Amino acid sequence: MNLENSRIIDMYKTMLRIRKFEEKAMNLFAEGKIPGFVHLYIGEEAVATGVSANLDTNDYITSTHRGHGHIIAKGGDLKYMMAELFGKATGYCKGKGGSMHIADATRGILGANGIVGAGQNIAVGAGLSAKYKGTGQVCACFFGDGSTNQGTFHESLNLASIWKLPVVFICENNMYGISMSQSRHQAIQDVSDRAVAYNIPGVTVDGNDVFAVYEAANEAVKRARSMQGPTLIECKTYRHRGHFEGDPAIYKPEEEQKEWLAKDPIKRMESFIVENKILTEEEIDEINEEIKREIQDAVEFAESSPEPAIDSVVEDIYTDIVEEVNLV
Amino acid sequence: MRRMTYAEAIRDAMRIKMEEDPNVFILGEDVGRFGGCFGVTGTLYDEFGEDRVRDTPISEGAIIGCAVGAAATGLRPIAELMFIDFVTVGMDQLINQAAKMRYMFGGKITVPMVVRLPAGAGFQAAAQHSQSLEAWLTHVPGLKVVYPSTPQDAFGLMLSSVEDDNPVVFIEHKMLYGVSGDVDDEIKKIPLGTADIKREGEDVTVIATGKMVHEALAAAEELAKEGIEVEVVDPRTLYPLDKKTIFDSIRKTNKAVVVTEETKRGGYAGEISAMISEEIFDSLDAPVLRLGALNSPVPFSPKLEQHMLPNSADIIKGIKKLV
Repeated sequence: MNLENSRIIDMYKTMLRIRKFEEKAMNLFAEGKIPGFVHLYIGEEAVATGVSANLDTNDYITSTHRGHGHIIAKGGDLKYMMAELFGKATGYCKGKGGSMHIADATRGILGANGIVGAGQNIAVGAGLSAKYKGTGQVCACFFGDGSTNQGTFHESLNLASIWKLPVVFICENNMYGISMSQSRHQAIQDVSDRAVAYNIPGVTVDGNDVFAVYEAANEAVKRARSMQGPTLIECKTYRHRGHFEGDPAIYKPEEEQKEWLAKDPIKRMESFIVENKILTEEEIDEINEEIKREIQDAVEFAESSPEPAIDSVVEDIYTDIVEEVNLV
Repeated sequence: MRRMTYAEAIRDAMRIKMEEDPNVFILGEDVGRFGGCFGVTGTLYDEFGEDRVRDTPISEGAIIGCAVGAAATGLRPIAELMFIDFVTVGMDQLINQAAKMRYMFGGKITVPMVVRLPAGAGFQAAAQHSQSLEAWLTHVPGLKVVYPSTPQDAFGLMLSSVEDDNPVVFIEHKMLYGVSGDVDDEIKKIPLGTADIKREGEDVTVIATGKMVHEALAAAEELAKEGIEVEVVDPRTLYPLDKKTIFDSIRKTNKAVVVTEETKRGGYAGEISAMISEEIFDSLDAPVLRLGALNSPVPFSPKLEQHMLPNSADIIKGIKKLV
């Protein structure tokens, strides 16, 4: 791997931006400022970052209920994201989607998704679209280990394989499908083993090592862009928090948590950067401050934004029909 | 004016849209080389090639889901499922994805796609290949639901459905595929949300959909001999629903019968009936009568199936209760 320092710094910033955004969301949720559900990506930052570093703005991604990291890595605007979490009119979805349904068509973000596994088929459709029109775009499809037991996983990998579609399937194996550990929810250890059933490459990488993710994704994206078909990449990682905020996660053994916290992807990246003299500790501190400010600006934007107008509740259902706005 | 079957009319409309717009393509099980389970796509594979008439594996979820992803990224897919019953397998993709995306994403992504669903009973296909599931689909905000009863309507409504920027569920009655009719090329598109009066009459309004339009017309023919004049209104699109045409007819006749092939319990006929009662109660001389299939799965035995479904004799009986 031969990455310029500036790109390494960008990747570090992306990871940090995700972490800080999520920590802020965690606190705001605890304070009661964010309604609904929040599923945090803390601990998995290297996956979205390593993959997205290989994507262009017009490439597509499909995401999951745990989608903030994917959206940030794909270039999503923190202000509009935070405003959406607050349910404000200025949010990405005008306050109608919330944490689980953020999309940004201008950056190829085809949406986070509240249904586990549903993005896989949509990714295949986006891949078909790119191939059909000959645009050279690829679609990176993010999903968790839990979703690989859904029928959509099989259907979409099969279809992408027979049609040789430019889709990269990225399994974020965070070791849990909600509360059920991987060893309890499937009889295999490596999700990538399943690639064999579709006659496509399947690789497993350390999902807390952003460079390992980057390299695997780089090869898969090249393969996709050159119309050789999809790849299944499994990134072994760990969800530091519960399934959703408020989940006490008593099902996660303490030893296991300790072990994985020691492998924190951001700490690893910082050590790498310092050891290789890419940045000094002072420069790292400066970057931390800069990103904190970005997040604070996003929170201020969200807090000062207006609530959605009542009339908007019946807008955007159809392109050409506005439903009645009052019940009686 | 051309004479063609309901199936040919659907195919012809798809062909026209595919010729006009390179982003329109078809996908589904056996739609290509085989020509479609009911022969609706026919020769389109030979005319447009395998990229635009795509045979898929037996994966209904992937068919609808792939159409959603393609539609969200600029194509206009027409997905065919072999039987409406199989929509259950792909329901998440239709209900939670296609129907919701535009709304959830604040109007920033559009999903222009058509899902063709052959529905209805009448040829001993039994409980898993004969249902009428329009109530489920009309229940969901974000979907449009179309249900033509004639070749002309199938032609004009398919043109509009493919052009529509929203997900459109296009229900086709399997027993109508072979029915022939005149198709006027001049009429072209039929806007979604416009009902059609299939027969004028003064005494009672029958609102019927799909194959039941033909049963209602047969009943009207019989009753005319007895001096009862039946007006038959075909909504043609279940959502958006042309309430005005339906209400205007009832304001004239003061009596309404709603006939659909659905299981009566929880059917869309109930929705139409409730709308009439809620909104134009004063125009009614009698309660709105709903006629539907029995509250039973569709049986296999021809004798049982025939008994389970509403027909013109039932409609005559129903109308006589009102007039």
